[in-house]
Amino acid sequence: MSKPEEGNKSVNNEPVTRGRESLVLSSSQNMRGLIYALLGKWSLLTVAALSIVAIILIFVFVSKNAYPFFKEISILTFLGTNDWHPTSTDHPSYGALASIVGTVYVTINSLLVAVPIGIFTAVFLSDMVSHKLRNIIKPIIEILAAIPSVAYGFFAVKIFAPWLQNEFGMTTGTNVINASIMLAVMALPTIISVAEDAISNVPRELREASYGLGSTRAETMFKVVLPAAHSGIIAAVILGMMRSLGETMIVWMAAGNALNIPSPWWDLSQSVRTITATIAGETLEAARDTMHYYSLFALGVILLMVTFVLNLVSEYFLRKAKIKH
Amino acid sequence: MKKLMSLIIVATLIFAGFAQAESLKIEGSTTVGPIADAFAEYFKSNLGISDITVTKNGSGNGAAAIADGRADIGIMSRFMKDKEFAACVSKGVMPVAHVVAMDGVCVAVHPSNPVKALTIEQVRDIYTGKITNWKDLGGPNLAIVCITRDSASGTFETFEGLVMNKEKMHDKTEEVASNPQMHSRISTTKGAIGYLGLGFVDYKVSALTINGIKPSRKTISSGAYPISRPLFMFTNGYPKLGSAVHKFISFHLSEEGQEIVETKGFVPLTDY
Repeated sequence: MSKPEEGNKSVNNEPVTRGRESLVLSSSQNMRGLIYALLGKWSLLTVAALSIVAIILIFVFVSKNAYPFFKEISILTFLGTNDWHPTSTDHPSYGALASIVGTVYVTINSLLVAVPIGIFTAVFLSDMVSHKLRNIIKPIIEILAAIPSVAYGFFAVKIFAPWLQNEFGMTTGTNVINASIMLAVMALPTIISVAEDAISNVPRELREASYGLGSTRAETMFKVVLPAAHSGIIAAVILGMMRSLGETMIVWMAAGNALNIPSPWWDLSQSVRTITATIAGETLEAARDTMHYYSLFALGVILLMVTFVLNLVSEYFLRKAKIKH
Repeated sequence: MKKLMSLIIVATLIFAGFAQAESLKIEGSTTVGPIADAFAEYFKSNLGISDITVTKNGSGNGAAAIADGRADIGIMSRFMKDKEFAACVSKGVMPVAHVVAMDGVCVAVHPSNPVKALTIEQVRDIYTGKITNWKDLGGPNLAIVCITRDSASGTFETFEGLVMNKEKMHDKTEEVASNPQMHSRISTTKGAIGYLGLGFVDYKVSALTINGIKPSRKTISSGAYPISRPLFMFTNGYPKLGSAVHKFISFHLSEEGQEIVETKGFVPLTDY
């Protein structure tokens, strides 16, 4: 309280010097401040750069280890043939088609289950349900994301697989259907929360204009709100897809891991193996710096590239969704 | 009296020093690894030998580790190859094999399956895809679901080596990552056939008689059961009696050692 008075006095008595002393930093203080500022800036930059460096290192490391493989085996054999026997001593073969097809099967089918459920849940949560109920439902859905994938896998093997066998007479219960449904449940929280954000971000005026023109709630939702939120919904689907694509433990336990391309193609009760499962299952035994070791990195490159592209696409749509509103 | 006391104290100190200085480096097979791990755990908590490292990187590395002298014990799920043995000798190392346990792999089916006995050739034909239905083997009209282990496992290695005879398994063969998972897949799938360690066989799966011999502790430890093999620990020469290495490679003869071998799903050499 007394300070301003003192200040006034000092201004009256010795205005210039006192003012300088208190307001202008000495050169050493000035230097110190500059150094601290620079230190702070650079250390934060380093921390922020760590994750970028990590990504670059992952790319470099994986590509470096995959390079010897692609030098010797043509990419057509790798992607186009279905004969994966990398440990054979006489004539090893590296046809990864079955793993790739398995990944595609499991990912697409999990999306077929998860996307409709996810989008309808998002619609329900954003537009239909009371705020109070929503605050109960949403955390429960988010718990799904917190369940460790090995728990899903355990459930798939112990309960879901026997059930599929007994109820539907499937020869084997660890198959595309089992893995897809498990993956769908696991990908749901991602899809729901991103899609719900997109839908509730659609401005209220749009909805009201639609009601004002006499549309029903359903018409408003399907003809106005969902089209307006399509960018965010596409991003939600792609993010969910990436969850399914990169998941390892669930497919490793639930998909059966047979290096098998289902035939006929629509028979989803057959076992398949995904790229992630192949990598997880064989990395431990593959002796360092052998062709087998390199081939697993080649699979890793494929996975990295696909997820990288998907990530870019989802980033594009998310940005588009933000700009619009 | 005082002198005697101090002598005793000095002696205990020296012995304590010796006991602490004893360290064990173990390297090799992933199959024998669990046994070595459990032995090491027992040695750490009961014998006070705390400095034991077990590196599991394959039988080949076990042989190399003994040849290079970088390990005291090389654990291997097979005997040394001629080349490996020669490499040891050329480096002045005398590899001595100690069999610590037998590994028997039981071929098992669902308990409701009337098929109770097969030959090795039939098992191989099932896994290569030549036989695809149980009715060809005297069973019900039911498609066979072949289940194998991940190729990193020692159980797979044993099965592959003793049954498959270098032939490739067919594409529809499913793969699981552990003995318990194999057990649960066989016990819940009517048409399943799979293989697992004897320690994991119970009433929920039916272990097949192979080439007329039923898998049991007796037939596996005697080697009569066709899918069984000895598990080795190799040392450089016979270890000095009473040394940590000697205690370790002879631990399987003790009651505790046999129990450990059995809990890991292997068959002890002796009955206790």
